[in-house]
Amino acid sequence: MNRLLTLTAVSLYAFLHLPLLVLCAFSLNRSRFTVWEGFSLDWYRAALGDGQLMEAALNSVVVAVGATLISTAIGTLCAYGLWKRESRAFTLPLSLTLATPEIVTGVSLLAFFQWAFRYLHMQLGMHTVVLAHVSFSIAFVVMVVLARLRTFDRSLEEAALDLGATEWQAFGRVTLPNLMPGVIAAALLAFTISFDDYVITSMVAGVDSETLPMALYAMARRGANPAVNAVSTVMVVGLGALILVSERLRKR
Amino acid sequence: MRGLRELCLAPAAAVLAALFAAPMGILAAYSLMTRGAYGGVATPFTLEGWRRMADALYVAVLIKSFVVAGISTALCVLLGFPLALFIARAGARKNLYLALVMLPFWTSFLIRTYAWMFLLRDTGLVNTVLLGLGLIHEPLPLLYNWGAVILGLVYGYLPFVVLPLYASLERQDPALEETAADLGARPVETLFRVTIPLCAPGLRAGAMLVFIPCLGAYLTPDLLGGGKTILMGTLIQNQFSSARDWPFGSALSLGLMALVTALLWMQARRKGETLP
Repeated sequence: MNRLLTLTAVSLYAFLHLPLLVLCAFSLNRSRFTVWEGFSLDWYRAALGDGQLMEAALNSVVVAVGATLISTAIGTLCAYGLWKRESRAFTLPLSLTLATPEIVTGVSLLAFFQWAFRYLHMQLGMHTVVLAHVSFSIAFVVMVVLARLRTFDRSLEEAALDLGATEWQAFGRVTLPNLMPGVIAAALLAFTISFDDYVITSMVAGVDSETLPMALYAMARRGANPAVNAVSTVMVVGLGALILVSERLRKR
Repeated sequence: MRGLRELCLAPAAAVLAALFAAPMGILAAYSLMTRGAYGGVATPFTLEGWRRMADALYVAVLIKSFVVAGISTALCVLLGFPLALFIARAGARKNLYLALVMLPFWTSFLIRTYAWMFLLRDTGLVNTVLLGLGLIHEPLPLLYNWGAVILGLVYGYLPFVVLPLYASLERQDPALEETAADLGARPVETLFRVTIPLCAPGLRAGAMLVFIPCLGAYLTPDLLGGGKTILMGTLIQNQFSSARDWPFGSALSLGLMALVTALLWMQARRKGETLP
C-alpha cells in the first residue's frame, strides 16, 4: 500500500509539473512546430524584438510596482490596526474580496469606473488597472502581515511605550522593523498576483494599457506561437523566484 | 490608544468602500435598470434583469456550472487525498513536498492554462506525438470541449484541496491508526474507517475552496472550452461585451456573488473550520 501511495504521488507531481516544464522546454526549440529540431534562442529574440509585447511587459511592470506599493502600505497598516483589536467589519469584507469570482470583480469595477468617469471626465487606462489590482491584492497583504504579527511579542511594543515612546515611535521603531520580513513577503506576493492577472485587468484596461497577460492571451488565442512559450518561461521563472523568496521570508 | 488604530484602518476602509462596496452597489442599481442602446444602462427601472435569470436557457447554464464545478471538485478531492496523505507521511521532506504542490499554483494561472492549450491543440504535443508514432491518422479533438475544461480546473485548483487535507492529516494522532491495526484492522479498513472520517473537516474545507472558484471560473472555460462551453463566468462576461446587456449581467453577477457568499457562510458556521 505504501508503494501504491508513492506511485500515485509521483504521477500527481508529474501531472502538476510536466505541462509547465514541457512548455518551457519547447521555448528553446528551433522549429515553429511542436517537433524538436534542436536548441535555439530564436523565440526569445523574436519576443524581445516584438515592440507590442515589450510595451505590454513594461506596462505590466509599472502596474505591478504601483499596485504593490499602494496595497502593501495600506494592507500593512490595516493588519496592524486589526492586530491591536480584531474587527469583523474588516475581516469579513476582506475575505469576501478573496472569494469573489474574478469576473464579478472585473465587471463591477468596470461598471463603477464607467459610472464615476461620467462625472470626472476620465477614461479607462493605467490608473484604473492599478486601482483594480490594489482592490484584489490588499486582502493577501493583510493576511500575510497579520500572520507575522501574530508571532510578534506584544510586550516589546508595551516596553517601548513604558520607556516613554509615543505610539507612533513604538510602531515605527519597534513593531515595523520586526515586521519587515512579513511586509516584504506580502509585497512580493502582491507583485506576483498583480503581474499575472488577466481577467480583471482585461475588463478595466484602456487602449493604452495592455498588460503582458493580455498580450499573451491574444497571442494564445491566435494559434501556436513559440514566442508565447518564451515569454511564458521568463514569467514562470521570474514569478516562481519571487514566490520562493516570499515563502522563505514568511517562515523566517 | 484609539487614535493610531483608527488612522491605520482608515485607508483600507476607504479602499474597501470605494473599490468593493461601491462597485457592488453600482451593480445592484444597474441590475434594476433597462439596457442602453449602446451598452450601459438607461431608465426606467425594472426587474427584467432578475426575471430573465429564471429563463430555461439560463437555468441550464447554472445547472451546468454546478455540475462542472461538482465534477472538478470531486476529482480534486479524489486526487488530492493521496497526495496529502503522501506528504503527511513523508517525514523530514514534508515541507519540500508541500512546496512542490504550491509552487505551480502561485506562478501563473494564465500560463498554466496556456500550457494545456499547448499540449492539447490539434498541432499540440500530444497529437504530434501520437501522429508521429502512427497511433492515430488525424489529430484527436482534445481541446475545446468539456473534458478539457474540467481537466484545466482540476489542474488549476488541485493545490487548494491538498493544503487543508494535509493540515487535517498532520494533526491526526498516529496512535489512532496503530490502535486500529493492533485491533486487527487491515490497512484499507484503517484508511476508510479511521483516517478518512477523521479528516472530514479538511475534506469539507478543501472541497469548498475548490468548488467556489470553479463555480465562477471564467479563464479556464474561455481558453480550454473555446467559447463552446458557456458557464456562469462566460455568461456574465458576454453580457458586458458582445451582448451589451449590462442590467442582466449585473443581476447575474450579484446572483453568483450571493451563491458564493452563501457557500462561504455555510463553511464559516462550522466552528473551527473556517477557510484559511
